[in-house]
Amino acid sequence: MSLLSGHGIDYRIDSIRILEAIDIRVDAGELVGLIGPNGAGKSSLLRLLTGVEACTRGEVRFDDQPLREISAALRAQRMGYLVQGAMAYWPFSVEKVIELGRIPYQKWWQQVSSDDQKIVEEAMTKTETLAYRNRIVTTLSGGEQTLVMLARIFATQPDLIFADEPVAALDPYHQLHVMEILRGHATAKRAAIVVLHDLGLAARFCDRLYLLNHGRLHCSGSVSEVLTRENIAEVYGVDSQIDCNEKGVSVTSLSRISDHHP
Amino acid sequence: MNIKTLKASTLYGILLPVLLLVLTLTLNVGPVDIDPGKAIQDWLNDRITIESLILFDIRLPRSLLAMLIGATLGLAGAALQGLLRNPLAEPGIIGVSNGAALGAVIVFYYGIAGIAWFLLPLGGLIGALVAMIVIFLLVGQNRSIITLILAGIAINAIGGALIALALNFAESPYAMQEIVFWLLGSVSNRSANELYIAMPFMLVGWGMMLYCGRFLNALTLGEETAMSMGFNVARMRLLLILGVTASVGAAVSVAGNIGFIGLVVPHLIRPFVAYEPRRLLLSSAITGAILLLVADIVVQVFSDNGEMKLGVITALVGAPFFLFLILKSRNVLQ
Repeated sequence: MSLLSGHGIDYRIDSIRILEAIDIRVDAGELVGLIGPNGAGKSSLLRLLTGVEACTRGEVRFDDQPLREISAALRAQRMGYLVQGAMAYWPFSVEKVIELGRIPYQKWWQQVSSDDQKIVEEAMTKTETLAYRNRIVTTLSGGEQTLVMLARIFATQPDLIFADEPVAALDPYHQLHVMEILRGHATAKRAAIVVLHDLGLAARFCDRLYLLNHGRLHCSGSVSEVLTRENIAEVYGVDSQIDCNEKGVSVTSLSRISDHHP
Repeated sequence: MNIKTLKASTLYGILLPVLLLVLTLTLNVGPVDIDPGKAIQDWLNDRITIESLILFDIRLPRSLLAMLIGATLGLAGAALQGLLRNPLAEPGIIGVSNGAALGAVIVFYYGIAGIAWFLLPLGGLIGALVAMIVIFLLVGQNRSIITLILAGIAINAIGGALIALALNFAESPYAMQEIVFWLLGSVSNRSANELYIAMPFMLVGWGMMLYCGRFLNALTLGEETAMSMGFNVARMRLLLILGVTASVGAAVSVAGNIGFIGLVVPHLIRPFVAYEPRRLLLSSAITGAILLLVADIVVQVFSDNGEMKLGVITALVGAPFFLFLILKSRNVLQ
């Protein structure tokens, strides 16, 4: 059974078509990658799937229940959403940012309990952010900040994590670290769906890929089914070289295709 | 940062006794020296004396009013700064202060303020209500916070323009003076009546703002994240604006415009609560109450010929202090 599924999703803003006829599913234990060129509609699709935005047509189901029939509070407990370029607007300490992840469980008058505190500790351990728990989050490097924001999501203990370009602008070390953490989350009954630009990382970590282009699903399937020279040429407009060996798949963009019109 | 975050118990353990102390002090301050002990004794024995009248009919309502208004301004400032995620926001920014002021000025202008005591605060409340309705019509379910700020600026400008018009065509210099003095902001010569008319609106407004504390914390990570954490951002925002409007509208209606408390107090407190918007709310309310009471003491002690207005002293002290805070914290708040 799918943890999350979308059926025939259409999305328009002021009658401009953003997404059309998208079918997507995320099964328990899967790390699903959402790829495609800029403006393909990846972030919009993620927002629809999290329920932050409502579809124009079609339906999103979570745990075999229509998403809009699930209360916002319960949704917030079971799904974690890492927005693109997540940041804190006030100079919070790292620990305080991660404590925010417990909000979906608190009533409006409640403070952080000792149980909450324990869960926050676990989230920090899992993301290796314990070392700078007292630092001010806005003074951290981009990679450290992403780990903190990820820890905030782990403090919510969600089943499904949505991450919108979590590794953009990170160095290779932090890219791998973030992807490993997401990979580690997607086991047993839990899953994650990640928007990625780095096709190599997508190939390396994801179980399945969805390739979006101009608001439509170009294709989906296993890494080897989606990441073909033809698909990449057609969607991204670049000539590429794809190497498969025992260490994984690597994708190298070689040159732009001159007659490609994005 | 060199300022240590305080535990909630420590913070309130300092603020509440200080508030009580300052409140007691204000009851001992006034143009006439009285013996508070005798006043209380007379009051308890149902004897109406000069002392008991001064303490319970003049000083106590005035002090309580200053306390509630100070708390309202501090709380509303903290709430709005949290909502806009901007430390430069102040309660007046959404237009309600000038709306309430305009309502009161209209009452003055038509010379009906003297007919019944409640006409002036009522005019202010109606003005605040009109300003709020206009804001809601303009902003509605719109998501953009910029629209809200711009609508507030526009309403402030319209209110200011109409107040200027009223001053321009005021019947006599006395009427004009009356309006200007009222606009400066003061809690002198207020009775328990003003307290009773303003208090319900303030308390309801406080409740709404305090309820939004958890939402303001979530908003620290941005609106989209707050939405994913289960908040209906549009609805919570309207609730918070409603709370600010109700309480600040009531405050301005009975006391005129008292500036800078709502702007400065959250700045002062923020480092002690680790910049957490939710913890900032209640502590800013108490600090606002303390500061306005202190300002009212200063006003009474240093007035010989004609009392200095409360709004003047808060601006005189608040504005430079605000500048100092900006210079000090510019590295933290990039």
